[in-house]
Amino acid sequence: MSNVNNLSSSRIMNWFKFSSPSTFYPLAGKMIPWFWALTIIFGVAGLWVSFFVAPVDAVQGQGYRIIFVHVPASWMSMFIYLVMAAWAGLGLVFNTRLSAMMAQALAPIGAWMAFLSLWTGAFWGKPMWGAWWVWDARLTSELILLFLYLGFMALQASIDNVRRADKAGAILALVGVVNVPIIYFSVKWWNTLHQGASVSLTKAPAMAQTMLWGMLLMALCFWMYSIAVGLMRVRAIILEREAHTDWVKQLNEVKP
Amino acid sequence: MWNSPAEFFAMGGYALYVWCSFGVCALVLLLEPLAVRARHKKIVQRLQREVIAEQFDQKGGQ
Repeated sequence: MSNVNNLSSSRIMNWFKFSSPSTFYPLAGKMIPWFWALTIIFGVAGLWVSFFVAPVDAVQGQGYRIIFVHVPASWMSMFIYLVMAAWAGLGLVFNTRLSAMMAQALAPIGAWMAFLSLWTGAFWGKPMWGAWWVWDARLTSELILLFLYLGFMALQASIDNVRRADKAGAILALVGVVNVPIIYFSVKWWNTLHQGASVSLTKAPAMAQTMLWGMLLMALCFWMYSIAVGLMRVRAIILEREAHTDWVKQLNEVKP
Repeated sequence: MWNSPAEFFAMGGYALYVWCSFGVCALVLLLEPLAVRARHKKIVQRLQREVIAEQFDQKGGQ
């Protein structure tokens, strides 16, 4: 019993070691090129499948190809929100500096993904539904997600004390989590113009295998991109917040 | 599937919608990392100036 306890506590120690900005900063720097490489590999493969392998849609013609950016952007906008709220919550509970910085680094990426989801949705809706925008449950809840991201960033920017800004932001992020299942299930709960879920865990996908592959490859590309940019931004945030510390002044890139 | 580049770019009549979607996505995914890199560069330069100023201060005191 005591052995198990020792093991788990040493494992926790290891994780907390990386929660220190001074050890995470160089580690993140080493990981970034790998995530960019994965982004490019998945992006090239995904675009190739999207345009040259996936067959034309029987109903929507070539216009359906917008799905290959629309669905990944929408998935990532919801997923990043959950990850951001989890980091913010961890920061609130354990009072770890890095967690709050991670949440702050992810917010703009999530906001851009929500914007891209709405933008590509508008350019898909216009030819298929005849309207750029409708006040429908799916579209409206996604718009609220964009506003939650913007609200999180604006709230953090408006409070001068960094620790208090982190706490206020974390509470906003955690309350906003309720919106994510609303977006996801909106097509089931309400009558809506928006089509149902493209991929379901419980039933076979209702689309050609190649279309599904294109979508998954593009989603992986967006995912790797989010990690790469998130790590890049968290490194900038670490330097900004830790500017007064000795370890930052001893970094190779800072030394004159 | 595509018989000519022109047919590819026409996207079966959906060119405006398809290329505006993919184009804006590409633009955003390109500009965001550039903005983040500029932010990182800015803070590194500020820190470099601070370190130089500190060294100058110490030398001047002796």
